[in-house]
Amino acid sequence: MLSDKPNDTNVSQEVMDTKDIEVDLLLQAVFMKYGHDFRNYSKAHLKRRINQRLQLNGYNTISELQNKVLWDKTFFRTFLQDLSINVTEMFRDPEFYLTFREKVVSDLKTYARLKIWQAGCSTGEEVYSLAILLKEEDLLSRTQIYATDFNKNVLETAKQGIYPKKEMELYAKNYIEAGGKGKLSDYYTSKYGSVLFDKSLSKNIVFADHNLVTDGVFAEVNLIFCRNVLIYFDKFLQNKVLKLFNESLTKRGILCLGTKESLRFTDFEQSFSMLDKKMRIYKKLQIPKK
Amino acid sequence: MKAVVVGTSYGGMEAIRNLLMNLPGDFDLPIIIVLHIGSNTINSYISQLHHKTNRKVKEAREKEPIRRNTVYFAPPNYHLQIESDFTFSLSTDPKINYSRPSIDVLFETAAWAFKDKLIGVLLTGSNNDGAAGLQTIKKFGGITIVENPETAFAKTMPSSAIELFEPDFVLDIKNMAEKMAELGK
Repeated sequence: MLSDKPNDTNVSQEVMDTKDIEVDLLLQAVFMKYGHDFRNYSKAHLKRRINQRLQLNGYNTISELQNKVLWDKTFFRTFLQDLSINVTEMFRDPEFYLTFREKVVSDLKTYARLKIWQAGCSTGEEVYSLAILLKEEDLLSRTQIYATDFNKNVLETAKQGIYPKKEMELYAKNYIEAGGKGKLSDYYTSKYGSVLFDKSLSKNIVFADHNLVTDGVFAEVNLIFCRNVLIYFDKFLQNKVLKLFNESLTKRGILCLGTKESLRFTDFEQSFSMLDKKMRIYKKLQIPKK
Repeated sequence: MKAVVVGTSYGGMEAIRNLLMNLPGDFDLPIIIVLHIGSNTINSYISQLHHKTNRKVKEAREKEPIRRNTVYFAPPNYHLQIESDFTFSLSTDPKINYSRPSIDVLFETAAWAFKDKLIGVLLTGSNNDGAAGLQTIKKFGGITIVENPETAFAKTMPSSAIELFEPDFVLDIKNMAEKMAELGK
């Protein structure tokens, strides 16, 4: 447990909490030493993750943790994992995938070659979901998917396509609600409590190390899929990443965000039209609105 | 006081309705609620609550600033967090206490942001989500109120808090509304 010193509660709102100072210093240290930039991430989420690490290792203060992070590179890899975002399931928000089939697929079929970027793919559950959908719509063979994340460990999991079997009940339910045309089990083989997704799904997927915060445009793509990543960023960083997306998308390219994310009140509200309001599917305009 | 956070699960729809209807009309603190409820039910519940209580009731949006005279609900399937600039943020982190949204996540982050200017309320429920978070609110100097397990629809949730630490008040819904009105002045 983080030491909640009694006098902390008497600190006025104007004076910065000591722990908040420590969090900022830690993030600065991580950036200077390792180049990973979490300084514009949502602080509440980071603080919760940092707290969990303090409890696990029995540290009393974030400053102790910072010492370890700075001097122990192996420990830093673990800590980086702590700060990484977990995508939770396959076909999360089934209604989104259903809408995608109805409103986006016909558009994608007009392209002879298709490039898709799944940004912040984490352990890959949503990449395989998308690949299955594209396969069922006869689009996968002409598609190149770039699945990127800054965390090499999660990329390795994504590449392998091996997931716990106990999750499949929920995923199969999601798959059906998402408009799946067969059975989810058509796409994997089970062994010892795990399932392995069919290699034909990942044949056209390139898994690559890319950091949305510090890296730039690496390809021109027709569709960007980035769901429930922006919620972890502050306004400044959201705008920075949206600028990167805007530059990476072809004319009339499509942007899919999480259902609680939005372009409203960002710098790019005028650069996109709404393809589906509820499911937050956007289309890049040739000429931004005034 | 700057805000009220409320956590509840089983029996919570009824308990929240009762609590809000018993609050005086001039109670203006923001009320931020985690209710374990399905995504198909939340919208109709929110509009029903708005009509019954005449209060502004809505789902919390990410980055939205927290305002007075408003009741906010955590969106189903996301954790709701409070940032130190008194805005909301969301996360899709794994479930905590088998729950997403988790009451602990809201309570803990609210305690960090509002410190001793916060009222934490834990109502009926059939798991122990919220107990640890409520204790954090107390540690940061906030006021903690737990529904009387004897009169609660499901007593596991309030009882878990009482077993963990000594909350400031253990009250039934009607007295709770009076206490909140008094504290909110």
